[in-house]
Amino acid sequence: MSNPGVNKPETFKFRLYVAGDTLNSGQAIANLRAICSVHLLGKHKIELIDVFREPGRAMEDRVFMTPTLVRLEPGPVERIIGTLSQTSLVLQVLGLGAPA
Amino acid sequence: MSSAKEMQFKAPTGIAGFDEITSGGLPLGRTTLLVGGPGSGKTIFGVQFLIHGAGACKQPGIFVAFEESPKRLVHNLRGFGWKLAELQQEKLYFLDAQPMPDMIQAGTFDLSGMLAALSAKVKQMGAHRIVFDALDIVLALLPDEAARRREMNRLHHWLLDHELTALITAKEGGEDTSSAGQPFGFMQFMVDCSVVLNHRVDLGVSQRNLRVQKYRGSGFNEDESPFVIGKSGFDVAMARSLGRADAKVSNERVSSGVKRLDTMLGGGYYRGASVLITGFPGTAKTTLSGAFAEACCERGEPTMIVSFDSDGSEVVRNLTSVGIRLGRFVQSGCLRMVSARTFTGSAETLLVHIKTLAKEHEARCVVIDPVSALAKAGNELTAHAVAERLIDWSKGEGVTLVCTSLLDEISSESQSRTPLQISTIADTWIHLNYLVQAGERNRGMSIIKSRGTAHSNQVRELILSKDGVTLADIYTAGGEVLMGTMRWQKESAERVANEVAEVSAKLKRASLDAEEAVLEVRAKSLKTELLAKKAEKALLIRTTESRKREIAGGRVRMRELRGADMAKLAPVKEAKE
Repeated sequence: MSNPGVNKPETFKFRLYVAGDTLNSGQAIANLRAICSVHLLGKHKIELIDVFREPGRAMEDRVFMTPTLVRLEPGPVERIIGTLSQTSLVLQVLGLGAPA
Repeated sequence: MSSAKEMQFKAPTGIAGFDEITSGGLPLGRTTLLVGGPGSGKTIFGVQFLIHGAGACKQPGIFVAFEESPKRLVHNLRGFGWKLAELQQEKLYFLDAQPMPDMIQAGTFDLSGMLAALSAKVKQMGAHRIVFDALDIVLALLPDEAARRREMNRLHHWLLDHELTALITAKEGGEDTSSAGQPFGFMQFMVDCSVVLNHRVDLGVSQRNLRVQKYRGSGFNEDESPFVIGKSGFDVAMARSLGRADAKVSNERVSSGVKRLDTMLGGGYYRGASVLITGFPGTAKTTLSGAFAEACCERGEPTMIVSFDSDGSEVVRNLTSVGIRLGRFVQSGCLRMVSARTFTGSAETLLVHIKTLAKEHEARCVVIDPVSALAKAGNELTAHAVAERLIDWSKGEGVTLVCTSLLDEISSESQSRTPLQISTIADTWIHLNYLVQAGERNRGMSIIKSRGTAHSNQVRELILSKDGVTLADIYTAGGEVLMGTMRWQKESAERVANEVAEVSAKLKRASLDAEEAVLEVRAKSLKTELLAKKAEKALLIRTTESRKREIAGGRVRMRELRGADMAKLAPVKEAKE
């Protein structure tokens, strides 16, 4: 899991589920963007899903806690729930850079 | 039961007993918290609530499973005979909301995703009921108390917005749930109704209890009510069924199966009455109850004998020896013999068993032999309440109940104390006793009480023979009660005494006759004697006179002969006159 792949060539595909225009949602989006701009500049795709607008998707993907970040690529699929405020933990899980 | 007005604010759970305790069910459109330890039956309660809703109440429901996968849940619940598969999807939806095991948490989160998904589902199904099973699992993931409260509040408002009748279950964790420091403490204040399930083991016997802790805007039974999880789910026992007042009261009499006992009771037991037969081992309690069962079957009423002491077939065989033939009714299906010796579990479980079987059989008369078996080890505390409920139930159903109860040697000191102390609530109490006398043990029977019927105060001897059960008068002599051979002796002694008296009277009469005859004879002879005397007297007088005359005549003659003068004749004339 602790893959020190700083120079990973693949593109990262993320899906971020948020619940409307709440504080948690805003924080999660901001945190994800910050991480991507530092570590994955130009090598990422983010799909943003608002569960209030698309409740069916939440049900299908079994997303019950928001915000939830799903890393679709590269595999395996990883799920992180919460506002992604613990940056070092998020990086570790996503395989981006060893903990400082 | 509860009034119709009250009922319209309730969502019935279909759980026997619970709807009675809460006068109708859970608060409609409100939230109920169900707290209990592991294995206390929270999930079953929740599913049963939804099934009743989906089936009988036409209120579709959603089950949100945080702890178990719906697949496993449905598999585990298949034993209850609920038609889960039929209801599933359209009327009953299981949402698998287990937190994914590989899920990583980084920062705070909320439950909006789930609620959004559920909103869509509620709308699609037209759901009215929802159960959140093991909400504590997901709450435990939240970082702090404030976050937990926030999510509970979010959920609460969501439920109110959707006007759902909700049930939230949570683990008790063995701690006091009423403390406000705990998340469920906070939830307790939030919800409108709160129910606590308890599960403990006393002397190896499992005892389950349910208690309604609060119920806003409704009356409820505050006591702990025992319950069991039986074949068809929850069954909550009520300390006192609220429907008791409506119990059918009948003036009809049913035979006790013993003719003279019926006479003693002024016609028999009342239909729907509960009869208690107490006595030491071997005092013919079973026989007396068997006679009752036979009489019931002869009238064609479905009857059930629950025997804790011996197997049904054994009871049938043993009773045949005293002329009570139950075998034919077992064959015809009129009589159901239940061998309860094999029943295990709490007294509560036994009661549920008995009720279920009686219902299946549509029994009108039930014999429990002996009811004291309910108080087996581990059940002492609950047995009394169970026995009370047994009587309540039988009254409610109009079932005539005959219970036998064993009195052990210790309690024999005070006759008025039956082991279960149900003598006070039984309608008729018949006590059987032994009388050991002159090297014999005889059975005595007396009616200690019989509500609403005139009854004899006399002790009777109970005689068992191959022709059946009969009662005989007993003799009291010198303050002692005589039974058995002594009674027989007394009877024959009395017969002999009667004969003797009769004979002696005859003799007396005969002797009197004789005396009379003697006297009469004597009287006759005296009379004769009298006549003789009289005759003698008359004769005497006559002879005296004639002699005088002769003498006088002789003198005159002599004078004449001597030629005496006439003057001397005068005295002779005088004598003549």
